[in-house]
Amino acid sequence: MTQLSVEDLHKRYGDHEVLKGVSLDTEAGDVVSIIGSSGSGKSTFLRCINFLEQPDAGRITVAGEEIRLTPDRNGHLKVADAKQLQRLRTQLAMVFQHFNLWAHMTVLENVTEAPTHVLGLGRKEARERAEAYLDKVGIIRFKDSYPAHLSGGQQQRVAIARALAMEPAVLLFDEPTSALDPELVGEVLKVMRGLAEEGRTMVVVTHEMGFAREVSSKVMFLHQGTAEEYGPPAEVFGNTRSERLRQFLSGNLK
Amino acid sequence: MIEWAVITDNLPEYAAGLWLTLQLTFLSLCAGLLLAIPLAVLRSSGPSAVSRMVWAYTYFFRGTPMLVQLLLIYYGLGQFEWIQARWAEGNPLWLVLREPYGCALITFTLNTCAYTTEIIAGALRTTPHGEIEAALACGMSRLTMIRRILVPGALRRALPAYSNEAIFMLHGTAIASTVTLVDITGAARNAYSQHFAPFEAFIFAGLIYLCITFALVGLFRLAERRWLSHLQPRKATATRQ
Repeated sequence: MTQLSVEDLHKRYGDHEVLKGVSLDTEAGDVVSIIGSSGSGKSTFLRCINFLEQPDAGRITVAGEEIRLTPDRNGHLKVADAKQLQRLRTQLAMVFQHFNLWAHMTVLENVTEAPTHVLGLGRKEARERAEAYLDKVGIIRFKDSYPAHLSGGQQQRVAIARALAMEPAVLLFDEPTSALDPELVGEVLKVMRGLAEEGRTMVVVTHEMGFAREVSSKVMFLHQGTAEEYGPPAEVFGNTRSERLRQFLSGNLK
Repeated sequence: MIEWAVITDNLPEYAAGLWLTLQLTFLSLCAGLLLAIPLAVLRSSGPSAVSRMVWAYTYFFRGTPMLVQLLLIYYGLGQFEWIQARWAEGNPLWLVLREPYGCALITFTLNTCAYTTEIIAGALRTTPHGEIEAALACGMSRLTMIRRILVPGALRRALPAYSNEAIFMLHGTAIASTVTLVDITGAARNAYSQHFAPFEAFIFAGLIYLCITFALVGLFRLAERRWLSHLQPRKATATRQ
């Protein structure tokens, strides 16, 4: 079953066209890695999927439901129904580069917050769910700490637990290891590999070529707003057609 | 040298004055804070016309002395026939504006509310943008995001600045004595005029203010320990993985 489908997404900032029609399809259990040099539009693409950025054109379908869009006064697309967007966003949990945990809440409160106040779970149920996911990412013993008192890798694992607690159709990762010290990258990647092995549907913007090669079912190489390569990693990495990708990889794998 | 009788004879009046000062301080602080929270949200993220209206209000009340504001409300309003007509009707809501107590409470509330609005609005503006994005990304409505993420975080960060405002407000209530109210300062003035011993009368008033200030500082320190621990350095007992 198609969990997330993005068709012909366009986005421009003024005269600069960041995305020139990018499409993506994920079946349940797919892990799609999006790679590309900085400025290629990969983060913008991910942020357009859950409307943290407003796409100018395109269709986005989450778990079989298309997000309804209408043109606004200036002819740009905007979300037609804010309630529908909120509901579909609960199916698209996001993990950010800079974790973005809520600083005034403990680790446990960070993870129970949205299940309680968005999904409407009872306190006890939300707590049990949160503790299960905190345990899964190996951070349960810090459940009463505040985010500022944890290392970056620990904070990112809390952020992953927060996303998992929404039990979404798709997990979106926006460069989840780019803000981490090199020695902390491994612990986060390990958690993400575990999630992929469980068969969770994930879209991952990343610079970790090892992860893209070994874990993903599909790899997309974005260059100047278009998908220059899109396919299984063996094909994209083993049989590279794009000269740009070859250059990009030689720069990345030196 | 010191005439203790000035103080001991007037102890009951000082006690009544203390009670009035505490009432004026805490009622105006509570009402001001409750009003300031929605105003601060409108000021920092409301529609620009509304934000400007809130700004005009805070600009007026922060830009003029509280004494002038009190005199305007207590003496100034009575000049208008429209107000006099309301008083003649005997409507209790309007009669409040004829009582010095009501006028003082309204003035102090509007004044502290203006300062508190700007303090909280400043804290709201320093909310890390990522926290807002994370809230929206998990499907929170704007209202839920404001109520659960924006305001609780900002109120905590505003605590140190707000503790100063609370102390200024306590000291500001001393001007209630200019509109016939007998607060701590009013009691001291009466003691002075009875005994012609200004030093004893006012030093005792000063000591009472000092004690209340001390208690307020202690309360805010407890509040910061309770609500600001997420910004404090980690305790030595915490473990790292």
